[in-house]
Amino acid sequence: MAIRWGSYKVKGIHDELIRAAGRPRPAARALCQYLSALKDEEIAEYKAAADLAIRVMGITFRVYTEAEGSIDRAWPFDIIPRVIARDEWVRIEAGLRQRVRALNLFIDDVYHGQRALKDGIVPAELIADSKNFRPQCVGVDPPRGVWAHICGSDLVRDSDGTVYVLEDNLRVPSGVSYMLENRAVMKRVFPELFQSHSILPVDDYPSQLYDMLASLSPRPGPRPEVVVLTPGVYNSAYFEHSYLAQQMGAELVEGGDLVVDSDDCVYMRTVAGLARVDVIYRRIDDLFLDSEVFNADSLLGVPGLMRAWKAGKVALANAPGAGVADDKVIYSYVPDLIRYYLAEEPLLPNVPTYRCVNRDERDYVIGNMEKLVVKPANESGGYGMLIGPQSTTKERERFARLIRRDARNYIAQPHLSLSTTPTLVANHVEPRHVDLRPFILSGQETYVTTGGLTRVALRKGSSVVNSSQGGGSKDTWIVDTEA
Amino acid sequence: MLSRVANDLYWMARYIERAENTARLINVNTHLLLDLPRHIRPGWEPIIDITGSRPLFFAQHQEADERSVVRFLVASPANPGSLLSSLYAARENARTTREFIPREVWEQVNQLYLFAREESGLALVQRTRYDFLSGIIRGVQTITGMLSGAMMHDEGYDFMRLGRNLERADMTTRIVDVRSVTLLPELHEDLTPFENIQWMSVLKSLTAYQMYRRTMQVRVRRPDVLRFLLQERCFPRSFYHAVSEAESCLRQLPRPAVPLGALHDVQDQVRAAKPDLLLQDELHRFIDDLQLGLIRVNEAVAATYF
Repeated sequence: MAIRWGSYKVKGIHDELIRAAGRPRPAARALCQYLSALKDEEIAEYKAAADLAIRVMGITFRVYTEAEGSIDRAWPFDIIPRVIARDEWVRIEAGLRQRVRALNLFIDDVYHGQRALKDGIVPAELIADSKNFRPQCVGVDPPRGVWAHICGSDLVRDSDGTVYVLEDNLRVPSGVSYMLENRAVMKRVFPELFQSHSILPVDDYPSQLYDMLASLSPRPGPRPEVVVLTPGVYNSAYFEHSYLAQQMGAELVEGGDLVVDSDDCVYMRTVAGLARVDVIYRRIDDLFLDSEVFNADSLLGVPGLMRAWKAGKVALANAPGAGVADDKVIYSYVPDLIRYYLAEEPLLPNVPTYRCVNRDERDYVIGNMEKLVVKPANESGGYGMLIGPQSTTKERERFARLIRRDARNYIAQPHLSLSTTPTLVANHVEPRHVDLRPFILSGQETYVTTGGLTRVALRKGSSVVNSSQGGGSKDTWIVDTEA
Repeated sequence: MLSRVANDLYWMARYIERAENTARLINVNTHLLLDLPRHIRPGWEPIIDITGSRPLFFAQHQEADERSVVRFLVASPANPGSLLSSLYAARENARTTREFIPREVWEQVNQLYLFAREESGLALVQRTRYDFLSGIIRGVQTITGMLSGAMMHDEGYDFMRLGRNLERADMTTRIVDVRSVTLLPELHEDLTPFENIQWMSVLKSLTAYQMYRRTMQVRVRRPDVLRFLLQERCFPRSFYHAVSEAESCLRQLPRPAVPLGALHDVQDQVRAAKPDLLLQDELHRFIDDLQLGLIRVNEAVAATYF
């Protein structure tokens, strides 16, 4: 037998499936039993079946390489699911709802009265020189005061088992299509597991997304025109844009398909002429949305789009300017913002964060870099980071210079030992580090995905889970042990 | 429907049809060469002409030998009309229109491209060529069947059907043109057995042989073959049938006046033709006119919808 839980090492670390050598956690017990009964040939067969399903279904992501330019790669997927017990998930979900509610109140506040700044909760200068603060959005009233309609928050678990929020992605978070496709692959490969386990479904997301988007429509009526705006086929997340449009039955449009007319309404070019658009789920960054207002050379967006949005003729999700709250320095104030706006204690903790903008914290960071993870405030995809314990002196010196030059834009956090989960390596299992990205939809109501996208660092010892840097993913099971 | 999407669907269908036509062409030529005595074998150069890629081919090759031509037509990335390039382009278009085509169709297009890319070497060897090319043809027929059976028969479907039929009409004229003008020897009342074989190869490249025999109930004669391939109403690969299909698509689409006008010109032209009287030069000019007509239809479609 190829998978032996007795020799699976979990010392000093929290493993998602295995409590101690040979002892699975209750929610994972049946799964672990099933896996340990598999023969080598069966494991190889299931792995091949999953790879084949991914190829046939055309699940890909784009990476840019020096040698080959932009290429499509098959999505790296591990067949052993990550399991979370339902009662734990219920608590996490409540924490996410609370957090996103506070984030939306904060963004709306930033573009209106700036109460939180005046009351000294967040320093005003942080907003003034935030890269993602958009003066053009001041005074705009999106429907129901919601700015971040789709939020992807990254969760990690430390060695003591505590789940922390690592960051909130409020601009154009991606990954949800992989969450859905991972489940589809698993159902093709392991139908019997789904029969014998009580695994909560995830397939509801596209209809929830559509309903949320439709609820933003400025025109009352039964069938608002909802579109997904993509930068195009060469974008790394194009697969997802196309997938979501397809699943929602919405048009997938590029900037060139849309036009803003003199009535400030947005239209798309169709074979029958121009047709009015009500809601745009945009997957283009703020600065490329509208060459009249932002980046003048942008060919990706739609000239006049901001005009149409401000006039209330079209809804944009996420609203422009929502990224002001996904700055990693602002992140460090989210627990305070929850207390301030909601008068509640945060249900999910932040990772302790040093703000380099403050002199004493900066000095601590520069003096202790080998123990810390240093991050730029506004990058995503795992770029521009320093992982202290794995860094060289030279890299640390370079980051010290970067921090001194641009203190506002750096934060540091203690290096957590991320939890692991059993991952197939050849035909046995080894622990690999994982995180979790659930998605939270906010419109009339709030919806949280069942679980989310589990990303796994496939390289031994690595904690970088980004698919562009050797990460893969797993299906995430929320298991109801009482059902 | 978005203009860009309509454009992508239209071209996806054309590319897929082109891949199938290329596969048919190579298959039939391979068999034809086996049947002809060595001294009158036309070789592979006519195929280069049929696909309209003479300048491109001879920019890269000295000689139109079998291996070079087959590789050029099947796998060459430098040939935008090669089977592999066509399937690649079809796949890219399918990727950008995934919301419109049934998921199974996307999977099939994707799989067919991967099959062609990985197995294209099989086409270079005569023994394995037939299986490979038949695999391609079957793959395309599967796509067509899935589209017909699983896609909404709406505007998007009509744009695909329009693209497929215009491409098909175009390929039929090309095959007739090169086979009848460039390569066949002087006309005789009594065809020699080998001329007969060549006309059979024309029919077979369009899977028309069996249908021809059943419909025309005459032996294989040049004027009858031309009548069948150009004017037959019921055979799916005859020129007249393909443009009539295109006409029925246009009638379903908004604002069809201009493209329909261009299409009617082509239909009138082919209806009025008298294949008995079309000798070498006249036939070549006639085919030229039909192709120009198709180009005008394509332009009118693009100007109206894309």
